[in-house]
Formats: sequence, C-alpha cells, structure tokens
Amino acid sequence: MSTTSDAYLRQDADAAAGMAKITAGDVNVHYGDKHALKGINLAIRANEVTALIGPSGCGKSTFLRCINRMNDLIEGARVTGLITLDRQDIYDRELDVVQLRARVGMVFQKPNPFPKSIYDNVAYGPRLHGLAHSTADLEEIVVTSLERAGLYDEVKDRLDEPGTGLSGGQQQRLCIARAIAVSPEVILMDEPCSALDPIATAKVEELIDELRENFTIVIVTHSMQQAARVSQRTAFFHLGELVEVGDTEQIFTNPQHKLTQGYITGRFG
Amino acid sequence: MRSSANADRVAARLRRRYAAEKRFRAYGVAAIIIALGFLTVLLASIIADGYTAFVQTEVRLSLDLDPSVIDPSGKRDRADLSSADYAAVVHNALLARFPEASDRAARRRLFRLISQGADLEVRKLVLADPSIIGSRREMWLPMAASVDQLIKGNMARAPEKGGQFSERELAWIDALQADGSLKTRFNKWLFTGGDSRQPELAGLWGAVVGSFYSLLVTLALSFPLGVATAVYLEEFASRNRWTDLIEVNINNLAAVPSIVFGLLGLEIFLNVFELPRSSPLVGGLVLTLVSLPTIIIAARVSLKAVPPWIREAALGLGASRLQMVTHHVLPLAMPGILTGTIIGMARAIGETAPLLMIGMVAFIVDVPATPLDPATALPVQVYLWAASPERAFIERTSAAILVLLCFLAAMNATAIYLRKHFERRW
Ligand SMILES: Nc1ncnc2c1ncn2[C@@H]1O[C@H](COP(=O)(O)OP(=O)(O)O)[C@@H](O)[C@H]1O
Ligand SMILES: [Mg+2]
Repeated sequence: MSTTSDAYLRQDADAAAGMAKITAGDVNVHYGDKHALKGINLAIRANEVTALIGPSGCGKSTFLRCINRMNDLIEGARVTGLITLDRQDIYDRELDVVQLRARVGMVFQKPNPFPKSIYDNVAYGPRLHGLAHSTADLEEIVVTSLERAGLYDEVKDRLDEPGTGLSGGQQQRLCIARAIAVSPEVILMDEPCSALDPIATAKVEELIDELRENFTIVIVTHSMQQAARVSQRTAFFHLGELVEVGDTEQIFTNPQHKLTQGYITGRFG
Repeated sequence: MRSSANADRVAARLRRRYAAEKRFRAYGVAAIIIALGFLTVLLASIIADGYTAFVQTEVRLSLDLDPSVIDPSGKRDRADLSSADYAAVVHNALLARFPEASDRAARRRLFRLISQGADLEVRKLVLADPSIIGSRREMWLPMAASVDQLIKGNMARAPEKGGQFSERELAWIDALQADGSLKTRFNKWLFTGGDSRQPELAGLWGAVVGSFYSLLVTLALSFPLGVATAVYLEEFASRNRWTDLIEVNINNLAAVPSIVFGLLGLEIFLNVFELPRSSPLVGGLVLTLVSLPTIIIAARVSLKAVPPWIREAALGLGASRLQMVTHHVLPLAMPGILTGTIIGMARAIGETAPLLMIGMVAFIVDVPATPLDPATALPVQVYLWAASPERAFIERTSAAILVLLCFLAAMNATAIYLRKHFERRW
C-alpha cells in the first residue's frame, strides 16, 4: 500500500475502524492529456448508499468506473493511486478483473438489457460465473433476483419475451436484477434514473433503499433530491476534485465548503 | 402596412421552397427512370438474344440397334460397346428415312443435318441397358446447330440472304417438320454438359460446377479469415499507427483491380506452390484475395454498428473480452456480416479477369469432379462463348449470362432476406 493511502486511512475514522468497504487513496485519472480526477481520497462504507454529486464533467462517472476497472477499456485512460475493496488493492496485477467485476456490479445510465429474453438477461451472469449447478438452481437465482429488483410480479408470465420490449423503468430494474443475480458485494449506479419518468424513478429509488441491506451502493446522480432521498453519505465533486464528503444530512443542511453550498442551492450545476 | 409586406415576402419564400422541393423530386424520379430504362434495355436484349438457347431442335428417328453394327463380336464387352460405331446406327436411320439420298455427296449432306454428337446419345442409351441391342428404338436426337438456327428463325432459308442449305436439304428438313419428327425441345445439354465445339452440345454444367467449387473454397477461406480479422481489429487491437496502416491497406486492397490478384495467384499459387493449373482450388484462392477486403470491411461495419453499451453490459457483468464477443457482439453483428459475405461472394462469382490469369480459361469438355480438376467458371464461359463466331454461340452466350444473373439475383435476394429478417432496432 502506498504511503498516501496509509496516511489517509489513518486519518479517516471509518477506514481505520475497518468499516470502509471501498477506499480510494490519492486516485488520479488521466485521459490522454486530460487530468480528469485529481487526488481523490474517499472511503465508502459497507451497506450504505453513497451518492456522488457534482456538475457535469466533474469526474463522477470516471471515479465510479475506477471501482470496477471499466476505465481499463478506455484507450488512453491512466489510473494511478490506490483503490481497495475489502482492503485488497483492486489494481493489483495478481487480481483478476473478471473476478472483480463479479464482486462489483454496475448499472448504467441508459437501461441496457441484452436483446435476449428477460430470463436470459438475468441468467447470463450466473451462467458466466458458474453460480448455478442445475437448471432449477439457475431458475431460482433468476426468480429471486427479479423479486429483489421488484420486477418479478410484472414479468413472471413473460420471462421468455425480449427484455428490450419492457418499458424504460422495467428495463432498468431488469438491469439491476441482472447485476444482483451475480451476488455482487458492491453495486455501482451511474445516473440510473436519468432516462426514466418520475414514477419509474420512484420505484428504482425505493428499490435502492431496500438493496442497501445486502449491498454497498455507490450512485452517481444529477438530482439533489434523489441524493437526499436515497443516500446516507454524499460526496461532492468539482472539476475533478473531491470537494467535500460527509453524511448526506450534513452536506445538505450544513455544507462546509462554499462550492458545495453553491451547487446544492442551485447556483451552478 | 409593414406586416403585410412581410407576409408577402414569407409567402414568396415558401413558394420558392416548394418549387425547389418539387424540382428536386423531379430530378430524382428522372434519374430512376433513366436507370430503370437502361436496365430494361440490357435485360430485354439479353433475354431476346438468349431465350432461344433454352430449347434445341431435335429429330425423332427410329433406330435399328443392329448387333452386327454395334457388337460384331457378340460378346457384349463393355469396352467394345463404348467404342462401337453408333454414328453408323444414326446414319442408317437417316438413310432409312430418306432412301433417295443414295450417292456419296447426297449422303454427306444428309448426315450433316444431324449433330455430330447424336451418336453419343445412342451410346449412352445402349451402355445403360445393353439388352436393347437387336431391338428398334425411337429416339429424339439433336440436330446440327445450323438446322437449329434455321428452325429458330435465326438463319434465312435463301442462300442469297445467308442461308447455308441447298434446296434439297431444305426439302429434307421440311419433310421432317411436316410429319412432326422435327421439334424444338428443352435444351438439356445446356444444363448437363461441359463445353463443346459443337454449339448444340455445349453446356454450362462444367462451368457451374467449376464456379461452385471455386466459391466453396472462397467461402471456406474468406469467411473465417475475414471475420477473424474484423473481430481482431474492431474488438481487440488497440488503435495505433500499425492498426491504422492495416486499415488503410485493407481499404486499398478493396479497390485493387482484380486482375492484379490474378497475377499474384499465378505467381504464388501456381509457380511457387505448384498447385494444379486451371483448377477451382486455385480459382477459389484467388477469389479469396478478391473478396476478403469486402468481407473484412462489411464485417467491421457490422461490428461497429453493435452499440457500445452491449459491450459495457457484458463486461460489467464480468465477461471476458472473448466472451463478450462470442456471446453478444458477434451474434448481433452476424446478419450484417453474412450480408457482406454474400455480397463478397456475388462479386467473386462474377469475377473473370483473375481466373483468366490462372488458366481457368482453357477449353474443358469434362465436368470437374473435384476442386483439383481443370475447370472454367460461369463468367469465363460467357467470355469463351462470346469469342466464338457461330450464331448458335451468340444465343448461348446470352443464355449463360442469364444463368449467371440468376445466380447473382438469388444471392442478392438471400442477402436482402437476411438483412430484413434479422435486422435489429435498438
Ligand atoms: N473516454 C474519455 N476520453 C476522454 N475524456 C473523457 C472520457 N470520459 C470522460 N472524459 C472527460 O473526463 C471528464 C470527466 O468525465 P465524467 O467522469 O464522465 O464526468 P461526469 O460523469 O461527472 O459528468 C470530462 O471532462 C470528460 O470530458
Ligand atoms: Mg457521467
């Protein structure tokens, strides 16, 4: 472990107490010449929802994608610093990125079900990782995941119909079901409601609140209200820097930093 | 006052816009009509020239399968039977029909009316069932190409207008026609035979089989190679100067005149590897070079059209890159890849120049049995027949073009079907 992060871990009470599921120590990301994330230090607690907020282009998605190493796929992207999951360096050469992504699931901004049946969408991850030992096993995983995503009752009669035929909100919940079918420990969500109408959004928010019991959730959101509603911790990013992080309540009622205050009162964003 | 002037200006501008739109539509319609016109003229002239080649004038003769002519030894030995003088059988039947042709000159003229390959038909019949020797058989046998052309109206009767027949020959032909012994029937030789110097016996089957074997080799090589290349370039290779260079060169290769590939094939496949000359195997190898760039480009376009979020979704669930490609990207791109492949194959089936370079232009009578036998291909057969001066080959050239066009139309229809059937909207 690098010294910066050690220092950081010592400094952060949660991390020191071993409560942090994920820690970031002095994380920098460059896209070619562009310095997109600058020295991020952040601890994310288990079984909590952490919201990442900040104006467009401030690096929220970039940070999120560091946690499951999706940035590896972007040519010219360079990540430095230390990110740990359960105190294990996820950029360690020994670590298998496929294993990591099984532990850290992701839900994307635009609902992106595979153009396959609802069943196959959810079953894909378990099949990939050999989680089911029989067809019955697999079916149970699929049904449980759909139930936990609050979608089962709506689709139970048409599991063999294409997932792309569902409404936007249903598609997003299908993507959440698909992610939790792999039994990840962490779920990353990048503006999961930005393509949804208010009713579908409410359903997804409710779902996030329920999922917190079993998963650690990191959510990027553009909506202040959403962050306030679903999250316990909020981190405010600005121009690639982490300006302020704290309990959601404190961030929204008593922000320590002028920039945070400006953003949450809607003076810019 | 001002506002009404303004309204006038707006109305005038609107009128001009509508007029411009109308004009543009008219240009478009005109262009389509002109293109369709050319196409119609082309097709009509080929069909008008070629449809008569699908029938062939035949004569009904009562053959005396005389054992003393066919099998003088009486042993029914297969070798003897296959080299027997069936021409004599045919000639005797003609003489029996027209006993007045008694002198040598008249007989030669009479025999000239029937195809020189008519005896082969008799031979085929006897070899298939030697027990018929000694009986009488009625058979339809092909007439000579010149008679065929006369019956089809492609040749005038009168010698001064280019007719080739004397009064006496015309009388024989008329006599046969009068009692229904002379008819145009479906030209089976065109679809079952190899090439021949006798137009009435010349067939496309050898060329069709040659084309088929060539395309088989082409497909077996260019599809996996093309898809693998495209997948590697699109999904695995990082973009750098080398991949850029490769990309530019693939695009360049697609524009290289195909005869250059033929020369390359001549040098490499024939001179260096010493593969059999004129064989569909080498033809297929050369056509692989011709169609590979097309297939690679089409496959890359189809892979590019698969939206990136499919890849993110798969990778986000922990799929490896290879799993992402084989489980999701490739199946989704497959209809487009198949369409591109068929278009590449359609280009390959129409290629002539490179096949000329590797010797698939030889005069080959036998239908190839394997991809290693000498053969021609459909477009080369068109080229060969087009160079033959006989009137009968002119109609056969057009017929061969029609057959080739049918193959192309069928392939393109398959491509369109695949595209329509598997088309995906995201
Ligand atoms: N693939 C990429 N290549 C180059 N620059 C990128 C890429 N992705 C994001 N960026 C840049 O990095 C910065 C942060 O982007 P992002 O993390 O997407 O911001 P946010 O999600 O907060 O809107 C932006 O300035 C953006 O232009
Ligand atoms: Mg973003």
